Amino acid sequence: MSSIGTGYDLSASQFSPDGRVFQVEYAAKAVENSGTVIGLRGKDGVVFAVEKLVTSKLYEPGANKRIFHVDEHVGMAVAGLISDARQIVETARSEASNYRSQYGIPVPLKYLNERVSMYMHAYTLYSAVRPYGCSVVMGTWTEHDGPQMYMLDPSGVAFSYFGCAVGKAKQAAKTEIEKLKLADLTVKDLVKEAARIIYLVHDELKDKQFELELSWVSAATRGRHEMVPRSVAQDAESTARQALADIDDSDADDM
Amino acid sequence: MFRNQYDSDVTVWSPQGRLHQVEYAMEAVKLGSATVGLKNKEFAVLIALKRAVSELSAYQKKIIPIDEHLGISISGLTADARMLSRFMRTECLNHKYAHDAPMPVGRLIGLVGNKMQICTQRYDKRPLGVGLLVAGYDDQGPHIYQTCPSANFFDCRAMAIGARSQSARTYLEKHLTEFADCELQDLVAHGLRALRDTLPNEVDLNNKNVSIAIVGPKTPLKICEEAELSRFLALVEGEERRGGASLAVGDILPDDQPPRDRPDRPDRPEPIPALKEGFRLKISDYKISM
Amino acid sequence: MAFMGDIMNPAPLWQNGPSPGAFYNFPGNSSTFGPGNHSAQEFRAHSANPITTTTTVIGLKFDKGIVIAADTLGSYGSLARFRDCPRVMKVNDLILLGSGGDYADFQYLKDIIEQKIIDEKCVGDGLLLKPRSLYCWLTRVLYNKRSKMDPLWNNYIVAGIQDGEPFLGAVDKLGTAYEDAAIATGLGAYMATPLLREAVDKGNLDEETAKALVRKCMEVLFYRDARAFQRYQLGVVTAEGVVIDDVAEIKHDWTLAHMIHMK
Repeated sequence: MSSIGTGYDLSASQFSPDGRVFQVEYAAKAVENSGTVIGLRGKDGVVFAVEKLVTSKLYEPGANKRIFHVDEHVGMAVAGLISDARQIVETARSEASNYRSQYGIPVPLKYLNERVSMYMHAYTLYSAVRPYGCSVVMGTWTEHDGPQMYMLDPSGVAFSYFGCAVGKAKQAAKTEIEKLKLADLTVKDLVKEAARIIYLVHDELKDKQFELELSWVSAATRGRHEMVPRSVAQDAESTARQALADIDDSDADDM
Repeated sequence: MFRNQYDSDVTVWSPQGRLHQVEYAMEAVKLGSATVGLKNKEFAVLIALKRAVSELSAYQKKIIPIDEHLGISISGLTADARMLSRFMRTECLNHKYAHDAPMPVGRLIGLVGNKMQICTQRYDKRPLGVGLLVAGYDDQGPHIYQTCPSANFFDCRAMAIGARSQSARTYLEKHLTEFADCELQDLVAHGLRALRDTLPNEVDLNNKNVSIAIVGPKTPLKICEEAELSRFLALVEGEERRGGASLAVGDILPDDQPPRDRPDRPDRPEPIPALKEGFRLKISDYKISM
Repeated sequence: MAFMGDIMNPAPLWQNGPSPGAFYNFPGNSSTFGPGNHSAQEFRAHSANPITTTTTVIGLKFDKGIVIAADTLGSYGSLARFRDCPRVMKVNDLILLGSGGDYADFQYLKDIIEQKIIDEKCVGDGLLLKPRSLYCWLTRVLYNKRSKMDPLWNNYIVAGIQDGEPFLGAVDKLGTAYEDAAIATGLGAYMATPLLREAVDKGNLDEETAKALVRKCMEVLFYRDARAFQRYQLGVVTAEGVVIDDVAEIKHDWTLAHMIHMK
């Protein structure tokens, strides 16, 4: 049944006769139009990779990031409307900060995830507000719990993942991620895989320019969420480009 | 024209995952006259084209100083810009009061973005219908930021917004590599040329309709006065004009509104010769914006 | 700004209605989110005196940086109660902070400053809080508290590198703030300041001389200040960064004590 024109899809506070809240589904559409974001949880940490589409040459290279720090130990990669996402980042930061001031320890990701998804969910309940047009992936690594990663949807639903992808090419990215033996891979390997997948799923015809953003949080960074150092990132990118070129070559051979 | 059932409120997502009200607010930016921002390694410069709402009015201010190290140039609804500028001034003052140091430009823009987002998500609000170009100088050097009604903001090497600004952006993209290492004078000249490309052929820049602001190391934000303005304008005077204007009038690029103040419009009165020096663009069809 | 509202305390959607995020605020939750729920008559208690106290902090500027030192004793009145109260803290790569006075008040403000630094790291623009900014911020906080008749009972010494130059400033519980090349708070103001100023006036202090002099001051103070302690921390901030040494111990010798006769 088509949702359009039924009149049941104009408010977040209204169900359609078949029990769906279309406004939330439409918000999810906004996420599907954005650059691909993947999160990989490996043996010793979590890696984020973002395909940041660059819509103008006039933008400062490397600026206007899509990966954020929430606290020293938590990173967040976002897909969808960036201005909405920044609001989620702010909420997550103040939750992390409140937790720290109350309990004197870094906020556990499980708890932070619960709070942030509750917040997002609250915006799906009223006609006076709209659901957030973004999905976010949060990740951390702690001595006690090892690597952890959650992905939150505009609906306020959140799941813990070993590997996740969201955005334009999420299907293709998921297929690639499923081929990986995530539990055996270290973040060093994951960075390379992540870069390769983003390069692979990037659609050169539709979106010409993009920048690859990479971050990680792992045992090696002592549980701190950091942008991947430039040298490592460049290495991963050139490997990714090489892998892509190899595929093109073999395609040509098949012809 | 764009009318569909999903565009009445900012709280309604369209089935394609778009927010039409926000997109319409983005259009408001294109109603204002063009403004250009660019920077070299030391200085950030704003150049704006001013309009007068009637023959009797003065040219309306386009550049608003925020703090000693920061100024904005606006395009869209002036009243919305004034709310934002008051907010930015307050934030800068508070930061200076608490930290005895100027507000870092990027952090201020982050606050502005978060503030602007709020009114894109609530039924009882509307997005702000103004775009800003922010020029600032801090410990990390000069900055040009662009903000949009969608609450998005971008760190730019150069940028132009406002009516027919696509031609200016085309100019800026073409000369992008030259900006970083050029002298301040040349930088301003580049900005003026970019701005001039947004004008119809028979209109030119003069010291009445142009505003220039400069900020840099040991150079608190300075909005150029007559004499200096004339000196800068002399840099590009008499140069052959690029075919930018005619390109812009035809406007092939989707993100620019067809210009409403095109010179060859039949219902438009010819400029009065006596006023030619300070030629005023007609914008009677959208008076509130500038 | 009224027109845009407050993110954390959104206005109700309609009169007496819920605000966005109301479901996110469960009753009895101590989160700061949601509308404030304060009664008109709030209970207030003002601190009129410090409880667990610490004594002198010393700060001395040398040619390329600042050295600061403070002992680790937390006194409960005249009782030497807590022996390990570190109060020289690294704020970031540019700033060292030392505190004297009420130890709980210091711990309270320390948490806030640490969160400030985390917030700054989260922004990720690479900018670091500078000593003059922290000094100014502390002055605002302390003056504000004292104006509410509820002071934080501390003396702070902010040491750091401001745009390549050494910076040394002090703020007290009243919000009085001053910069100097040599600062000592508490009893040290009476006993260490003259020693420090003598050296400063001679000029050309280098790191080693400055450190040696501060160590000497800590010794002098230990012998004469009854709230001082033999274990102390010494920190140095230069353009290379911040180093806080392991706790040092003064070798004391009281064999002279029998010769001192109090009248």
